[in-house]
Amino acid sequence: MTASILDQVRGVASDLFSLPLDGIKPESSPENIDSWDSTQHLNFVLALEEKFGLQLSPEEMEQMRNVGAAAKVIENKLQRA
Amino acid sequence: MTITTENIDLRAEADQLISAGSADLARASLAELWRKEAGAVIAPFLVSRFEQLRGKLPMVSLRTSFLRSFTVEPGIPLLRAEAFVRGIDLTTKVGDFNAFAQEILDSRSTLYSFDPEVVILAVRTPDVAPDLWTQYTDLPPDVIASIVQRVGDSFAQWIRAFRERSSAALIVHSLEALARPSAGVLDAQEPTGQSGAIHKINLQLRQIAGEHRNVYILDYDGLMARHGRLRWQDERKWLIARMPIAADHLIYLSREWMRFLVPLSGKTAKILVADLDNTLWGGIIGEDGMNGIKLGPEYPGAGYQQLQRAMLDLARRGILLAVCSKNNPDDAMEALKNHPGMLLRPKDFAAVRINWTDKAQNLREIASELNLGIDSLAFIDDNPFEREQLRKLVPEVIVIDLPEDPLGYAAVVRDCPVFERLALSSEDQQRTAMYAEQRERAHAEQTFQNKEDFFRYLRQEAEVAPVNAATLARVAQLTQKTNQFNLTTRRYTEQQVAEMASRPGWQVLSLTVRDRFGDHGLVGVAITKEEGDSCEIDTFLLSCRVIGRSVETALLSHLAQLAASRNCGQLVGRFIPTRKNAPAREFYAQHGFQKVEDNHEGSVWRWSLQQNTIAIPDWIRLKTTQGDHN
Repeated sequence: MTASILDQVRGVASDLFSLPLDGIKPESSPENIDSWDSTQHLNFVLALEEKFGLQLSPEEMEQMRNVGAAAKVIENKLQRA
Repeated sequence: MTITTENIDLRAEADQLISAGSADLARASLAELWRKEAGAVIAPFLVSRFEQLRGKLPMVSLRTSFLRSFTVEPGIPLLRAEAFVRGIDLTTKVGDFNAFAQEILDSRSTLYSFDPEVVILAVRTPDVAPDLWTQYTDLPPDVIASIVQRVGDSFAQWIRAFRERSSAALIVHSLEALARPSAGVLDAQEPTGQSGAIHKINLQLRQIAGEHRNVYILDYDGLMARHGRLRWQDERKWLIARMPIAADHLIYLSREWMRFLVPLSGKTAKILVADLDNTLWGGIIGEDGMNGIKLGPEYPGAGYQQLQRAMLDLARRGILLAVCSKNNPDDAMEALKNHPGMLLRPKDFAAVRINWTDKAQNLREIASELNLGIDSLAFIDDNPFEREQLRKLVPEVIVIDLPEDPLGYAAVVRDCPVFERLALSSEDQQRTAMYAEQRERAHAEQTFQNKEDFFRYLRQEAEVAPVNAATLARVAQLTQKTNQFNLTTRRYTEQQVAEMASRPGWQVLSLTVRDRFGDHGLVGVAITKEEGDSCEIDTFLLSCRVIGRSVETALLSHLAQLAASRNCGQLVGRFIPTRKNAPAREFYAQHGFQKVEDNHEGSVWRWSLQQNTIAIPDWIRLKTTQGDHN
């Protein structure tokens, strides 16, 4: 069973920000999740790198402004790989 | 990578077990999840679930503070998850970037107000020796020598200042060498070179650590080299987030920290119990016979021999070894005694269980035979089924997974943090021999009808002496490790013991015991403090090796005499119950102390020194050494 990339990213965010999975939407971002500060953003990036086995560039990290965008960046990266 | 159904089940299972209140089983599910999926993805989940289990599982807490020159934050959930799995509840605090020197030097800084038990000084070469790192080829040799000196002196100053302000353990990262030296291959042609200069600083660090109590070096350079410098670093993340370590390598740094935190928290294993067939040798002795089993310096026997070498190294560290195997005892003993490939021999094992009884029962017997808590046993077995069964039947035992390939066995044992020790006492190194003497004693005991005759036959000599530089490490170690005959279970570091010994009115005494079979070494500690006309016993403990030999009476008698000679009117003892110290519960009652208080925190006992003395059993010869009692 392979969940969609968006769902997997939501799962990571749910654990990291200690929020129920239902509460994590594509538009969830540092704007609407209190604990999503710069340290947690780094943790989020590192967890995604580990999960998908890739390394994200500074530009890509910049683009990951919300959960949906993060999933998009990873999808693009995996397609190119 | 995908989320597998199995892992979803483990997460759901853990949550169900937590809400059902089955803390032990929930812990087992979480530990299994961590074994399968250890990493940044699963760490926050584990941490939040273990936090829900606080108070329902036996956990020791440890306040750990980081002083750093780089981003360590992403490593902390990994470390906390790893620690929770090993029964350690870490509270962490991370200092500001590159503020470590100010934090150390200012005794009112948040470093000290956090009151940490452990402090990790994690700084990197580019931050403390930037000129050496980037401008090496511009610098003449004398300047380089002075940089090496300067950096070493700075560390010495920080460490000394820290020691004056805190008794916490201090773990200092060594400095890393460059993956690509500035002078290229020329670096290795120079007498010292850039990498050699960094190495010289690291040698100074070791020396400085050795001059202070409770200061340890974490070989960060060696850690990087072990995993490959180029794979270890992530230059991009360093430049944008001050995070120099690649995401998939952070777990190795967390695990290296654990190799210090486990011994500092006391959550170590005291004995490693090993299976035989396909663990200590390849094949099945009962079927393949002496000539058929694989064991020797060449492939395929080499993996097993390397494991035996790793186990011998543990024995040198004071960890006991034992065998637990389902086998015909004659076949297996023949191999243990006579197989030319064996590095371990029967004398190296403190206990041997070769039978067809189930292993859970055998492990319990080994623990009770050696007077060890069941949670101080670690167990290795090639058979995953046996391992799973043991995890279910005796969840306290530390069951170590072996990889399928025997060539990986030794590394697993060497990497396991429960076998780490931060200092060795002579007792540690002689432990196996002591257990052999113990077996002779037990054998002799059976031939006597009553205990007193046996005690007389033993010819025990006890010696009480004030703690000194030679015994300090062992005294602190006993306060940290003794669980059973321990009246108050107060854990002290070397630094704390030294401080207590120097306070006026305090006595820190060690007890050494020997008898006709050999030397037990330093096996007891008593700490007393005088308040007004009463002398309170802060700590009274006895290593399990000498429980039931009546030497505790001799030590108590000495405390009473000493207090009386210092004009105290009464001796006050305290019993603080724990999960493990039932053997000490009746101690004061048995010696005629009067109970003056009893509540949920424990009981307080009083002995009047005006009328009474406590008799030393006539079969013990007590020798006392006077130190400078203040």
